[in-house]
Amino acid sequence: MTPHSEDRYYVLDHEAPETPPPTSDPAPWGETRVVGKPLPRIDAYERLSGSAVYPADITLPRMVYGAILRSPHPHANVTAVDVSKARTMPGVHAVISGSDIPASLSAHARTMRNQIFLPRCRYEGEPVAAVAAETPYQAADALRTINVTYEVLPFVADERRAMEPDAAKVHDQGNQVMPTVTYRRGNVDRGFAEADVVLEQEYRSECEIHTPMELHGCVARWDGDSLTVWESTQGVYNVQTQVAAALGLPLSKVRVVGEYMGGGFGAKLGAGKYSVIASLLAKETARPVKLTLTREETYLAVGNRPPSNMRLKAGVKRDGTLTALQFVASGSGGAYRAGGVSALDFLIKDLYLCPNVHTELTDIYINAGPARPFRAPGHPQCSWALEQLIDALAREIGMDPIALRLKNVPTFSQARDGNPPYTTTGLAQCLREGAAAFRWQETRDAIARERDGGHVHRGVGMAAALWAAGGGGPPCTVVIKLFSDGSVNLNMGASDIGTGTKTVMAMIVAEELGVDPYDVQIAHADTGTTQYASASGGSKTIPTEAPTVRAAALDVKRQLLELAAEELEVELSTLQLENGTIVSSADPSKTTPINRLRSFARRRSITGIGYRGPNPADKAVTPFAAQFCEVEVNARTGEVKIIRFVGAHDSGRVMNRLTYQNQVFGGITMGIGFAMTEERVLDVDQTGKLANKNWHDYKLPTALDVPADMTCVPIDIPDPEANIAGAKGIGEPATIPTGAAIANAIYDAIGVRLTATPMTPAHIVQALANAERGG
Amino acid sequence: MPQDHKDRDESAPDGRGKVSRRGFLTSVGTGALGAAAATQVQAQAPPSAVVVDANELTKVTLHINGRRHQVLVEPRWSIAYVLRERLGLTGTKLGCERGECGACTVLVNDIPRYACMTLAIELDGTSVTTLEGLMQGEELGPTQQAFLEEDAFQCGYCTPGQVMAVEGLLRVNPDPSLEDIRRNMAGNLCRCGAYVHIFRAARRAAELKRTQGGAS
Repeated sequence: MTPHSEDRYYVLDHEAPETPPPTSDPAPWGETRVVGKPLPRIDAYERLSGSAVYPADITLPRMVYGAILRSPHPHANVTAVDVSKARTMPGVHAVISGSDIPASLSAHARTMRNQIFLPRCRYEGEPVAAVAAETPYQAADALRTINVTYEVLPFVADERRAMEPDAAKVHDQGNQVMPTVTYRRGNVDRGFAEADVVLEQEYRSECEIHTPMELHGCVARWDGDSLTVWESTQGVYNVQTQVAAALGLPLSKVRVVGEYMGGGFGAKLGAGKYSVIASLLAKETARPVKLTLTREETYLAVGNRPPSNMRLKAGVKRDGTLTALQFVASGSGGAYRAGGVSALDFLIKDLYLCPNVHTELTDIYINAGPARPFRAPGHPQCSWALEQLIDALAREIGMDPIALRLKNVPTFSQARDGNPPYTTTGLAQCLREGAAAFRWQETRDAIARERDGGHVHRGVGMAAALWAAGGGGPPCTVVIKLFSDGSVNLNMGASDIGTGTKTVMAMIVAEELGVDPYDVQIAHADTGTTQYASASGGSKTIPTEAPTVRAAALDVKRQLLELAAEELEVELSTLQLENGTIVSSADPSKTTPINRLRSFARRRSITGIGYRGPNPADKAVTPFAAQFCEVEVNARTGEVKIIRFVGAHDSGRVMNRLTYQNQVFGGITMGIGFAMTEERVLDVDQTGKLANKNWHDYKLPTALDVPADMTCVPIDIPDPEANIAGAKGIGEPATIPTGAAIANAIYDAIGVRLTATPMTPAHIVQALANAERGG
Repeated sequence: MPQDHKDRDESAPDGRGKVSRRGFLTSVGTGALGAAAATQVQAQAPPSAVVVDANELTKVTLHINGRRHQVLVEPRWSIAYVLRERLGLTGTKLGCERGECGACTVLVNDIPRYACMTLAIELDGTSVTTLEGLMQGEELGPTQQAFLEEDAFQCGYCTPGQVMAVEGLLRVNPDPSLEDIRRNMAGNLCRCGAYVHIFRAARRAAELKRTQGGAS
């Protein structure tokens, strides 16, 4: 439970343990009966009836409620904690801190002092003490009576000031997390010299906070020396590993369950300190403990998308050939090493053909809550800069922005060593088919024709994207049990974080075994009873779990056909499974429904195991996207109305048209928040504290902020080299290009570049006034 | 937690849209989990009201999903807390406990209301409908069914509140326009961003209710 991020999925090419390869190497699906169809979710009933039990919904006999006291200062030493009053408060069962360690927790004293309740608080919201009481109200009462003496230290809450010589030091060794990371290919000076047009611009994107609807939290219960944690998480096995390490327990003694969870977006990839605190409180009270953070705590302490300061310089020839890209950026993952510039330059290096590229990334400490991966780490920020500058270059050379992008579509990954080819590259189709669905040219012509000189201006914009890590990979194990009546149990460790994972997996089973997908019962996201899976993040779940489920289903099918060949006395090679019936091409009279096979009935069930095979060597599996939008800007008030959006996405095979579209619309909606409304406001001058730690002051897009007119254009090209399901991830690419597409549309409408998020009415009015003054 | 259940709730208020005066009289915000709640009650209560301490349990009669519950509550307990942690009705979710997200939306005498900002004692004698109350036996009600068909959710955590907000709209406006729907849903956040599908589900729910003869 070290304070910095343990989340690794955005770190490319890290070593992962591998499962054995799948036993067969099946041909890609041809025509599918179930896969790809727009089927409602298999767990829709549970989620809509209220019968789905989320971790926050659990109540156990004798359960008490935990709560955490947090540092109100962005930087302070804890010199004394007085809990004497709290212990006497009504309903209180336990009070713990770095200096209040009851005998039952003596084995964890070091963990509590060095990892959980730190003597030096480097951000507002660092845990200082915790209580357990019979109601959450009593727990909150008790927290208020704890008297903490702080030695308040100087702070720095803005990474743009943190490198100044007199800035407060977050860590004694200084505020730069590590040496600036530099990347070079070709020679940018030569590239700029070859260019006909060179543009340079600074961009800034503000820190964004995940705020999933279900608060972070868990319920912890001990049975002797075994611990069970019901946690709202994207990855039960990550939580298990971290909690076991913090408490010095064998993995087998820590069971983590997370069947339903209310959203994560990267903020719930692993355990939190609260997971360990709940476990400690449960041990001390000898009762189950529910610990749900307050909304304010989730703003402070459980992750964010780092702010990014970016300077981009680009050169282009008149014919649209990109000659050079230079990108110098900084960011902050807060007070600990948490990926403040993680993957921030990936699009610069990989999205467009460009021989000369130079990037520099500097990660800086500030006294603020640590970052966690946030839906496509680094990518929306980088897209914000790159896609706006590409748009500006296109205008400068008088080229259509889509044509400029089409001119520079790569077929191999330039960012990766050895320039491996992509397994599939749907970028050109995304651009062409998206533009056609949007009626790009017609709309531009109509806007030009209808321009009326009023103060409400229409405009269109677009942006393209790829996502660095949408191919998934091992390890993953899935077990499928086919009952002799033809129904199926599927066992996998992966969480369905709301993307429709379970539904797609049931559809794959249905495709291979000819059963009804709604007859597939899934056990998942439980380290005690389900197979190993990595966390559902990085858009990895479909490309990881889908091929593994297919492999397990094929293993079942192979065993079933062997059984049938023996019983029916026909050649195995002539047998096929069609809609739950064994069919022999050699002898139609042998056709037998599987529930009529006597040998299967005696055996009762067949169990198949699937393993996720390795990704293709020397190839890159990459989802691509292009998004298009139309806006109306009121030049007097600065208000922007987003009229419509089109998202064209190549994520390989579409596994479920309905949930796929939901991901695309959801990504666009989240991108609207990134671009238009969301901004963490730290009081950088006076107190260093977070000024908008609630949904009233930190604005998410609401039903009034999104267009009802959204269109999903799937570029459905199965990717047989990626994996045996032919699918790539969709969750993250769906949100990458959105912000830049809106910015480009606003420029198209009013002729002013908004280079900083969020594009609020105030910022737009200011930018228009500046432009008027300047021009 | 003492409470009594009756299979049929004969004392439930029947007037749709009629809000009990008593609900308004004791109306105070629960805001943060506040010890201050007790003094607020004292400050705002009319002279005839009984003043109780924050920790003193008070008996209230709640009509929830057609069943009568008599429960002892602290005056500061929100109805969301009582529903979820005391009565096991966890269909009602908590997202912020400060009236910002709408995940806790329930119907009080058919009107959508944030359960996190409503004290249980305010609802003495009123009729409360939660997500569980929209079920028709074991079957989904028409609004829930519409959300299923249109895939109008992802993680599902804001969904009970979204469903209740649509249900509340349709009880007063059986044929809402898109703009009616968007305005009505503006008090319910969805971080997964399923709004466009929610708009479609609201229209589908109106259709289903019409074809099912207005059954809710």
